[in-house]
Amino acid sequence: MTLNEFVTAFAEEFDETPIELFTPTTEFKNLDEWGSLTALSIIAMVDEQLEKRITGADLRNSNTIEDLFNLAISK
Amino acid sequence: MEAYIKDISYYLPETIVDNAQLANDFPEWTEAKIEKKLGIKTRHITRDDETAADLAVNAAETLFSEHKTDCSEVDYCIFCSESPDYILPTTACLIQNRLGLSKKIGVLDINLGCSGFIASLSVAKGLIFAGIAKNILLLTAETYSKYMHPRDKGNRTIFGDGASASIISTEGIASIGEFSFGTDGSGADNLIVRTGGARHRQPLNDLIFDDFGNPNSSDFIYMNGPEILNYTLDRIPEVTDDVLKRNHIALEDIDLHIFHQANKYIAELQRRKLHIPEDKYYCCFENSGNTVSSTIPIAIVHALQDGSIKQGTKVLSVAQGLGYTWGGVALFF
Repeated sequence: MTLNEFVTAFAEEFDETPIELFTPTTEFKNLDEWGSLTALSIIAMVDEQLEKRITGADLRNSNTIEDLFNLAISK
Repeated sequence: MEAYIKDISYYLPETIVDNAQLANDFPEWTEAKIEKKLGIKTRHITRDDETAADLAVNAAETLFSEHKTDCSEVDYCIFCSESPDYILPTTACLIQNRLGLSKKIGVLDINLGCSGFIASLSVAKGLIFAGIAKNILLLTAETYSKYMHPRDKGNRTIFGDGASASIISTEGIASIGEFSFGTDGSGADNLIVRTGGARHRQPLNDLIFDDFGNPNSSDFIYMNGPEILNYTLDRIPEVTDDVLKRNHIALEDIDLHIFHQANKYIAELQRRKLHIPEDKYYCCFENSGNTVSSTIPIAIVHALQDGSIKQGTKVLSVAQGLGYTWGGVALFF
């Protein structure tokens, strides 16, 4: 999976946030729709798409979508 | 020898919390969003003066009435709950007296969460196979609503209170197949009420709010969502595979999967991960939410009523619970 594909998959887990707001440098925790349920959706998406296991701490330690992508693929 | 589920019923408390009430308490939620994401429209909760034992007694009385069960034939009673009436004595003793069951019976409480029905079923099967009992009243009941902080959006949305009652016997509608279990106590902290037990008898008054504004307190139920999700993703495929092997059956040969009914989100995730077709994956959380140890028996009652389970239906049930402890069983109707 490429970074751009990851950004698209990340965006698909959100219902209300306009897709153009999602780029590799998006600081996802600042999005209004970010919350405990979207966090779970992202963990599940990473499991399904990358077959990698990320934790709540990994989400806390990532600022941008690219940070999370790099962290996930390094596992 | 075989052990069977003979009769099965359930009871939900009268007080209903709908999505409109939750959306009112948590304006960032909407009714539509809760239903779309979690598949739950209503959940039932107990009154302050109503306990899990009360729900279990109501479930048993419903069972006796619906199935014309002669309660004098009950020769063992198991009460599965994490919400006993008292620290001691055993709640099943109180239930024996309230239901007017014979005094010549054995009773025990089983303290387990979402895996509780499957674990209790294994104990009941063991009692049948050992010749110790022939008509076991198996009760599950839970009241997580009593442990929730009022600002706990996630848990208040997901969980509902409820109870089930089954008779496990030497004859019945579903033969109880082989089981698979697992336990990992290193996950205990991820779904816990820390105070009120012997370790911390008194409240610790240590409430904080996490990154998402959710309450985190030793005095209320705490769930670490990401950790619980990862535990589910790790263990469900493993236990599903093992229980199928122990029953010498392939996943494709299962007619209906009645897993622990956590919510729509978790159900969809599990179904996709295990590659189970939608029409073989039974969902039953819309009107009762996650009733912990009662979700599987409640779903079985609905599946019997709506014709999803018929004679000959092979059912696989798997549940993951706090502790962590998880388990699975095949049921042959």
